[in-house]
Amino acid sequence: MGISRRKVSAVGVLAATAALLLSACAGSASNSSSTPAASGGSGTAASCGSTPITIAKNAWTGYYANVAVVDYILRTKLGCTTKISEINEQVAWQGFPTGQVDVILENWGHDDLVKKYITDQKVAVDLGPTGNQGIIGWYVPQWMADKYPDITDYKNLNKYADLFKTSESGDKGQLLDGDPSYVTNDVALVKNLNLNYKVVTGGSEAALITAMQKATDNKTPLLFYFYEPQYALATIKVARVKLPEYTAGCDADPAKVACDYPPYTLNKIARAAWVDAGGPAVSFIKKFNWTNDDQNSVAADIAAGKSYDDAAKAWIDKNQAKVDAWLQG
Amino acid sequence: MSVGIVPPLAGSVATSADLPPSDGGTRRRPSVKWQLLGLAVVWIVLYKLLDGKWPLESGVPENAQAWLQDFSSTIGDGRLTNPLFIYVLNPITDALQAAYDGGVWITQQLGWTGMTGLATAVALVLAGWRMALLTFLGFLSFGIVGLWDASMETLVLVAISVLLAVIIGIPLGVWAGLSPRFERFLIPVLDTLQIMPSLAYLPFITLFFLIGPPSGIVATLIYAVPPVIRLTSVGIREVAPESVEASRSLGATARQVLFGVQLPMSRRTRVVGINQTVMAALSMVTIAALVAAPGLGQSVVNALVVLNVGAAFNAGIALVIMAIVLDRVITAASRRVGSAPPPRRSRLISWGVAAALVVVGAVLPAVIPALAKWNAAYVYAFTDWVNSLSDWAKHNLYPITTAFTEWFTTWFINPLDSLFAGTPWFITIAMWTALGFILGRFRPAFTALFCLLGVVLLALWPSSMTTLTQVIIAAAITMVLGLVFGVWIGRSRWADRILRPILDAGQVMPPFVYLIPCLFLFGPTRFTAIVAAVIYAAPAAIKIVGEGIDRVPSDSVEAARSVGSTTVQEIVKVQLPMARPIILVALNQGIIFVMSMVVIGGLVGGGGLGYDVITGFAQERFAGLGLAAGVAIVLLGVMLDRISQSAGRVRRTSSDLA
Repeated sequence: MGISRRKVSAVGVLAATAALLLSACAGSASNSSSTPAASGGSGTAASCGSTPITIAKNAWTGYYANVAVVDYILRTKLGCTTKISEINEQVAWQGFPTGQVDVILENWGHDDLVKKYITDQKVAVDLGPTGNQGIIGWYVPQWMADKYPDITDYKNLNKYADLFKTSESGDKGQLLDGDPSYVTNDVALVKNLNLNYKVVTGGSEAALITAMQKATDNKTPLLFYFYEPQYALATIKVARVKLPEYTAGCDADPAKVACDYPPYTLNKIARAAWVDAGGPAVSFIKKFNWTNDDQNSVAADIAAGKSYDDAAKAWIDKNQAKVDAWLQG
Repeated sequence: MSVGIVPPLAGSVATSADLPPSDGGTRRRPSVKWQLLGLAVVWIVLYKLLDGKWPLESGVPENAQAWLQDFSSTIGDGRLTNPLFIYVLNPITDALQAAYDGGVWITQQLGWTGMTGLATAVALVLAGWRMALLTFLGFLSFGIVGLWDASMETLVLVAISVLLAVIIGIPLGVWAGLSPRFERFLIPVLDTLQIMPSLAYLPFITLFFLIGPPSGIVATLIYAVPPVIRLTSVGIREVAPESVEASRSLGATARQVLFGVQLPMSRRTRVVGINQTVMAALSMVTIAALVAAPGLGQSVVNALVVLNVGAAFNAGIALVIMAIVLDRVITAASRRVGSAPPPRRSRLISWGVAAALVVVGAVLPAVIPALAKWNAAYVYAFTDWVNSLSDWAKHNLYPITTAFTEWFTTWFINPLDSLFAGTPWFITIAMWTALGFILGRFRPAFTALFCLLGVVLLALWPSSMTTLTQVIIAAAITMVLGLVFGVWIGRSRWADRILRPILDAGQVMPPFVYLIPCLFLFGPTRFTAIVAAVIYAAPAAIKIVGEGIDRVPSDSVEAARSVGSTTVQEIVKVQLPMARPIILVALNQGIIFVMSMVVIGGLVGGGGLGYDVITGFAQERFAGLGLAAGVAIVLLGVMLDRISQSAGRVRRTSSDLA
């Protein structure tokens, strides 16, 4: 909401009046409901600067966990004001050149965006890994791995194709795919590994999670594409299916891929000008680094209905040493 | 004639042969029926012979994608230098942001007591005591479900969007109503605005209007403006020519005719348009949330991410209540403007009470500080209740629903899909062109040819056929429901009273809210995508059909009754034929609404073009694919609309002749 005050252009009665109202009472509009406790630490804003730090918030639970902890520490330990901007993963990058986004807290690769905004335009910088490892792969519910121990190797999948038949996949086995935000080579993989399967598009994370929950609860067969870290894996037990090992460059030609997905090192991306201005917040976010288990525990609390601050506090109380290390000068 | 509209929609496969013999229209034109049957036979034979030959692959031509990519970079770079940005777009962005901030600031200054008082007062003055009570309870419920702030943010966003839509839409609608040529130009534009999925162009809107409320308002405006334009223009043209002639013969200028006759006499239809615009605006809040526009949409998205159906439902309920309040108050207010003003005394009383409400509401927090914020102790969220209900459903209903899904997919979706996608593409195109020709001669035939060739050029043939199958089935179910329930609410006042809030809920409840329960029940399948589309599209079709039945002059019905018609005959022979122009509107809107759900369907297993659009939105390097898929959705929508509309018109002429 700081944008409108950045530049007040006289373009009509509406804008002018509204802007007058705003400047008359600047500040009261910025406590919108998206930051329920944003006003908490505004008293000691000196060390952090008075401009709110805008954190992009992308829509998956692991990311929510990062936001909860980072936002809580910024406000309560560093006296910063923050603004959470709920936004689509890739659209968030558009906020770097315009100054509308200061930091993205969990970035999954995105080589194209890295090239555009970091290498070419130099408006964003990489603030280093979050410590979380991103894994993409094929999974079956744990009960299937228990009942058919050799199912977790792709070489044996054809033997079990009948189990996975649905009305969507016809006479082939169904491989449930899914979240459009992530890379998938599954159609090529099925073809190049000569698997008697059809890729069926689930279409969203919600579709995948409900399907795996159902398959686990009712013990129905399911082969699906998924990824870690994901809080749902804390309650739904799954087993990963082994694909031919990933080697550098084996996925270079999307049509000829016949190997597993590469591991992702998740990282933080920040606006270059914001990083250059320095300050304790920048140094803290640079050092912010935790494990998949850390993230899953906070994410599970949020998913269970805890407020972000409560979930963050619960984890921080148990992991004071880690937090201290992030905050050391 | 109840099913008479459906066959052209359901393709020519088998349904046309299942027409009940009571269908008067088709009996008079047996040739169309036999032609359709012949077409179906030819198509099926060709499919059996040539299944899977000459397949077309999906994929967007590289150069189109590269061009779109360059285009978006150029836009991003030009924000501070390009005159279009400096003098037009940036000021608009700033003005929208300022208007939004100002609106939210006002709601915060007034607090919940002040806002409730103000809203109640407005409803009282404009729409009377009953509506004031409804508004009062509605606003209280935003606090009760624990979403006061988010509700106010959404209210401000929707108010700005609707205000702009009315300012832009009514003049355009009047122009279209007076000038058939302008209308011919406008209709395809409106179709495109309504059918083109917002996700396909959302990444481009944020390039122009930045992340945040301005982009949310623009996206909402684009989707919400067509109904007010369409219905304003329909209203102008509906005004009886005699009235226009009469005032002209008395020497009135065109301007006097417009303001003295045409505008006042078309008010009822125009208000229906404004109401539809409000509904459309409210249905956009979850989309707006994806570009950081605050409000209830974000509550829904946040709940969806953790699969918390209850929390999403809670936010959905707030939206539904807001929609009902706005709809009823606007409708009641518009009825009042036409009728005789109430006596001076009662007007004075309501103004006095209204003023008192505003003052008391605004001052209350200052007197009793505890009232400044809604007390969390008075929150009753539906969350737990809905969650346990949905848990129960997913554990107990799934065997039945899964079996039904399998059955429906095997017997309806798969055969139609094989027919469209399995037959070589040029034969499928030829069949659709022939279908267009049989039902409406050259125009629809040409439209079908043009639209499907466009899909081929966009290199999206397989996805398009997947989508076409689902859309046709969903539209057919929508029209069956529209006719059955539409007739019911048109004939029975109490049915209307009971069903209308449910219909409003279906139209406004964000699909994201019921996607999770649907996924639990039906799994990620094409059937789930069809269910979601029907939930959204059927209410509009039902409402419009109901309106049409309601408007059939009662003396026609009386006449039929006096010669001893049964209820069924009364409906089939009198009410439905006489309401046919409006039923055609229902068909048009039904198809458009089904098309607008293609993307949502892509989220729950629909695949096809919907999934392509989502991919384009989720991954910037596929933005070109997303936009192309959006265009393909528009092409399919236009084709289906034109063919079904001309089919309806052919039948009308045949029965008019008789």
